[in-house]
Amino acid sequence: MLEAAWLICAFPLAGFAVLLALGRRLGEPRAGWVATLAMAGSFVCSLAVFASLMGRDPAERRFVVTLFEWVPAGDFSVDAGLLVDPLSVTMALFVTGVGALIHLYAVGYMHGDGDFSKFFVYLNLFAFSMLVLVLGDSLALTFLGWEGVGVCSYLLISFWFTDEANATAGKKAFITNRVGDWGFMLAMFWAFGALGSVRYLDLFGQADSLSSTTATAIVILLFLGAAGKSAQLPLYIWLPDAMAGPTPVSALIHAATMVTAGVYLMVRVNPLIAVADAWAPDVIAWVGVATALFAAGAAMAQNDIKKVLAYSTISQLGYMMLAVGTGAYVAAIFHMVTHAFFKALLFLGSGSVIHALDGDQDMRRYGALRAAMPVTAVTFIVGWLAIAGVPPLAGFWSKDEILAYAWDASPALWVVGIVTAVLTAFYMSRLVFMTFYGEARYGTEVHPHEPSRLMTAPLVALAAAAVVAGGLNLPFTKDLHFLGAWLEPSLFANEAHLSLGAGAQWLLALVSMAGAAIGIAGAVAVYLQHRLPASRVEWPAAARAFYVDETWTRFVGGPGRRAFEGVAAFDANVVDGAVDGVGRSVRAGGTLLRRVQTGFVRSYALLTAAGAVALLVWFLVRTSF
Amino acid sequence: MDLAGLSVGWYLALSVVLFAIGGVGLLVRRNPLVMFMCVELMLNAVNVAFVALGAGLNDVGGQVAVFFVLVVAATEVVIGLALVVAINRRRSGATADDVSLLKG
Repeated sequence: MLEAAWLICAFPLAGFAVLLALGRRLGEPRAGWVATLAMAGSFVCSLAVFASLMGRDPAERRFVVTLFEWVPAGDFSVDAGLLVDPLSVTMALFVTGVGALIHLYAVGYMHGDGDFSKFFVYLNLFAFSMLVLVLGDSLALTFLGWEGVGVCSYLLISFWFTDEANATAGKKAFITNRVGDWGFMLAMFWAFGALGSVRYLDLFGQADSLSSTTATAIVILLFLGAAGKSAQLPLYIWLPDAMAGPTPVSALIHAATMVTAGVYLMVRVNPLIAVADAWAPDVIAWVGVATALFAAGAAMAQNDIKKVLAYSTISQLGYMMLAVGTGAYVAAIFHMVTHAFFKALLFLGSGSVIHALDGDQDMRRYGALRAAMPVTAVTFIVGWLAIAGVPPLAGFWSKDEILAYAWDASPALWVVGIVTAVLTAFYMSRLVFMTFYGEARYGTEVHPHEPSRLMTAPLVALAAAAVVAGGLNLPFTKDLHFLGAWLEPSLFANEAHLSLGAGAQWLLALVSMAGAAIGIAGAVAVYLQHRLPASRVEWPAAARAFYVDETWTRFVGGPGRRAFEGVAAFDANVVDGAVDGVGRSVRAGGTLLRRVQTGFVRSYALLTAAGAVALLVWFLVRTSF
Repeated sequence: MDLAGLSVGWYLALSVVLFAIGGVGLLVRRNPLVMFMCVELMLNAVNVAFVALGAGLNDVGGQVAVFFVLVVAATEVVIGLALVVAINRRRSGATADDVSLLKG
């Protein structure tokens, strides 16, 4: 069955091809069903591959399916191959599983849209690219998927492109990601220069022969790419704007799957991080935790429901990077999976709410929706408790594992992490209270209602997953560490070892539970009981995300622009000048030499004779002296 | 070394004289037919040199080379005369300098 791993990618690709050719003719809702079935088929294949991988001995759970030679160029050759190992299969499972549910939801959500079939063309193309990204057996193939998801992200953010703000948001996402891609490409070139291959297994096999400086450079450059894709400081700026896309896109691409690609990449290259200097993982951990705190702060004061969730996603991605930086790779993947469940759930729930309120995204005009939308409200509350870190829901277990490793690495990291956890509980409670509780603040002409079954069924499924997913990796005994044991072959024993005793772990867990309680209690006091005016906690600076975006704009618009114009002028004058100069000098030389070609046969004969005489003289001179 | 009473040097001198006459004629005359005859003269001057040196050095290679030159000269004449005839059909009395359309 492992040889058939290519089917995982083939299903969405086939869906994409069918919809591209016949999408308009299939129309609504059949185009959506084709796309959803493609994802479901891909999920079934992933399950089958997972099952047959489980049947193998843990040491042999690594398998490369070579499909064809992709780039044959002399010594340099890249095969298009799929690396099937526990890590990539885990990714494939949740990408296809959550993806299928979101496709199903989108069939309901996109109802009545003029470009219904086009939406699913993009969604399937996205799923294909994402699967190439996670299953690719080399940096080059991962990069192909990396760019593919970037393109799909651009297409889907600006899906309603007639509104200029949406088109601009798409461009912003694409261009910001190019900064990160630049790091990815340099890392790839560097790895090839140092080891002569970009295949993961070659890189990992020879990682020990790398000098620590080279490994550090590769890791930092890859992290630059990851920071772009996974929206870390300072490249996160595109993600809040990306909420301009339809809500299923926000759920699938900008919460559950694509933005986790950076975390996946860093986990994937763990043997390189192991060789790198010690400060490289520290940089990753600190950038991660700083992003987590910063984005949680910004989420405190957002009024757009999707913006809150967007900053929340950035914050949670920061946690995952923190886990990567502290060597807690299992915790990173664990949190990625649980986050995929509850964040997709929260986004889809927010989609239902937006749908019910005729497209209004401002929470100040929400309130008391619990009665009108019971299913959405209950599932949303499950997602809220999961992300806030309330046991025994999924988010508690995964976040706590990350925080335990953070404490182990440096208590300072843990302190920032726990403050972020309190803020998370606070802003998510704020969102829930403003939306589902209190008094109704929407106009009388709006009649909120529960969406169709198509949209509530994925909510229920994701809510169930968000409740139980913590069971994947329970901390009590080693036997319950299912995900850890499963991922072990992909981590090459690079996973950090927790030196904390059981008592200390309990203590940390209690502190984080108390943190969640404080956050929720604070939000109750402010937003339910109104003991404190909301304006006291919603700082204007936080609402503007601490002016990072403005700083970027000022930099890129001012000195940045001048610098880039200088580079462009250098390119136009010096580089192009050299190339054009060669062409011009050939032309000028030709104009001069053309006079020799008179057309008179006798002048040619004269030149020939002169040449013969000159040769004769040359030989004579050479032989006689 | 003598050939029929004369040393090889005389034959070579004759060859040089003939070659020079041919070369100068080629350069100064504009009538294509005469230019042709000059080319033939130059080729045959070379032939004389070949034969003389071949006999003088007792090497049959010189005579063999002459056959090659003759064959090449014959083909050259066929093509060249055909060109001359073709040009004369279009423009009778044209000189070599009139046909200079292929200038750069």
